[in-house]
Amino acid sequence: MEKITTHTGVGVPLRRSNVDTDQIIPAVYLKRVTRTGFEDALFAAWRGDPSFVLNQEAYTNGSVLVAGPDFGTGSSREHAVWALKDYGFRVVLASRFADIFRGNSGKQGLVAGVVAQEDVELLWKILETKPGTEVTVDLEHRTVHADDVTVPFQIDDYTRWRLMEGLDDIGLTLQNEADITAFEATREAWRPRTLPAKHLPSVPVEPARPVS
Amino acid sequence: MAGTLAEKVWEAHLVRRGTGGSPDLLYIDLHLVHEVTSPQAFEGLRLAGRKVRRPDLTIATEDHNTPTLDIDLPIADLTSRTQIDTLRNNAREFGVRIHSLGDADQGIVHQVGPQLGLTMPGLTVVCGDSHTSTHGAFGALAFGIGTSEVEHVLATQTLPLSPFKTMAITVNGALPPGTTSKDIILAIIAKIGTGGGQGYVLEYRGEAIRNLSMEARMTICNMSIEAGARAGMIAPDETTFEYLEGRPHAPEGEDWDAAVEYWRTLRSDDDAVFDAEVVLEASDLEPYVTWGTNPGQGLPLSASVPVPAEIADENERVAAERALEYMGLEGGTPLRDVKVDTVFIGSCTNGRIEDLRSVAKVLQGRKKADDVRVLVVPASARVRIQAEAEGLDVIFKEFGAEWRNAGCSMCLGMNPDQLAPGERSASTSNRNFEGRQGKGGRTHLVSPLVAAATAVRGTLSSLADLDLPGDVDLTTFDGSPLAPLEAPSYV
Repeated sequence: MEKITTHTGVGVPLRRSNVDTDQIIPAVYLKRVTRTGFEDALFAAWRGDPSFVLNQEAYTNGSVLVAGPDFGTGSSREHAVWALKDYGFRVVLASRFADIFRGNSGKQGLVAGVVAQEDVELLWKILETKPGTEVTVDLEHRTVHADDVTVPFQIDDYTRWRLMEGLDDIGLTLQNEADITAFEATREAWRPRTLPAKHLPSVPVEPARPVS
Repeated sequence: MAGTLAEKVWEAHLVRRGTGGSPDLLYIDLHLVHEVTSPQAFEGLRLAGRKVRRPDLTIATEDHNTPTLDIDLPIADLTSRTQIDTLRNNAREFGVRIHSLGDADQGIVHQVGPQLGLTMPGLTVVCGDSHTSTHGAFGALAFGIGTSEVEHVLATQTLPLSPFKTMAITVNGALPPGTTSKDIILAIIAKIGTGGGQGYVLEYRGEAIRNLSMEARMTICNMSIEAGARAGMIAPDETTFEYLEGRPHAPEGEDWDAAVEYWRTLRSDDDAVFDAEVVLEASDLEPYVTWGTNPGQGLPLSASVPVPAEIADENERVAAERALEYMGLEGGTPLRDVKVDTVFIGSCTNGRIEDLRSVAKVLQGRKKADDVRVLVVPASARVRIQAEAEGLDVIFKEFGAEWRNAGCSMCLGMNPDQLAPGERSASTSNRNFEGRQGKGGRTHLVSPLVAAATAVRGTLSSLADLDLPGDVDLTTFDGSPLAPLEAPSYV
């Protein structure tokens, strides 16, 4: 996971509340076998509407999403975060997030910052009056800066530390790799191994046909 | 300090104890992989340049998407084919053992682990599938995980986890004739509800559990997840050891002796404290069926469909109204009058050789009811081969049933085996959610014996409705297997 201390990018005002994960990425895209390439799936239902914010040239390359309250509710699908990241978003700001979405974000390196609703309104106003305005998100000082305005955001210490260190769950666990190796040395001989494979006698498997 | 079975297994796998609210790091002994929840996990490894840490503790099989007909032809559904091809490529790239279609050990992941002797007491077992709880029947701590966790286990062979709570479920007495372990678990879920086990590891104990065969125990632990639990466990005993001994991956010689000595210590101490306790009398049980759209909406077969207006709790009443509308049922209808279109016998809950034997015994010499489709799908290719060696397939076909290849099949309808809208099934599987077996499909969860009797009569039925007492010793249908479970003839 990439380390993030500050991020600067075009801010995108998304004036909607309760954006659930089905709206972020519809279920039909879940059948894919990859974890990248979901950029076309992001907000798929809205992208067909020319007036949708991401279809306006000034916002197309946005990387800081400023959304209404209760962002990311609904299904726990991790694809929602993948889709936002694949599109290019590094930060989502809102006054409230669904717990699972916020957890998933932290694990995948997407900053989910909680900003007071009046500050969200302020940011929306700036981004809408001056489309293409860049927003700077500073994890160190937990501030959001746009135009001449600086507002605070909240993020829990543990997630902030992980984002700043660029540690995903696996990276964190692997910091304890010596412990894992030491534990492995103590495992008893009777515990099973799948390799080398011990096969049962080989038996030809005929395809079954329905009873006619 | 006194501990429960779950706590003992947990403690034995602590790589690192969490401090200051951070989770414990637990070592994983066995990781089972299938085609649906693994592609993004392998992709994640690839993107991060990581390897599978312990391919020798990992095994893959194809089950969710696999067709049960024409398995020698390319898979017609493109998504299914892509997922299976992806698994095969990932297994090759990362050095993971795989049992593919056409292999005798292909089949539902929760049958493959036990039949190979990989599932053992005292292990931690994970899989990207909620029914991983099945393996708890051996006294393993086994639970389902999400795709990120699959990747985490592949990369590190560990998982950061916060301890679960423990619940003892004691089932006293002996099962009445014609009832099975499926009826025990359906009754438990009806009693504690689909959220009753949330956050808990359930430990099943008591005389009725002790008397169950290994396969019957798997049925109970399998459906722990339908009670909302993270896992279900049964302390290992002679039944467990007998099942395991001689299986391909079971320990041998001194290792076997050391293992059994340790396994005998894997029981909750007499003074261990559980966070919750539930007690059931087995002698009160009858064959259970579900009438609604969650596994907690179950009743004895002798009952009638509930009348929503008579349900006091408003949430339950509304849920019942919605369920009955979806199921196309009138409150007050005797469950025995409900006519079904399809009978599905299979799944990781009830697709094992004992299930097939007990069904065959009921179907032998009979014909299926008109207009009823009967599907018999063994849990693994090995189970299918065993059934054919015993001549069970002939009984099924003569009865008018379709005898299929192994896989998850109609349990979740990811392959072509689905219910049509409005079609009603009696199913030995584990979930009766809306659309689970096909869009608009209506599912009644039942035991294999009820499924068999229903296939004969065309309406939800138990053995008592069939004209066969005397011809079958019904008492052999309880915990002990119908025919003695022969030791597998492994060379």
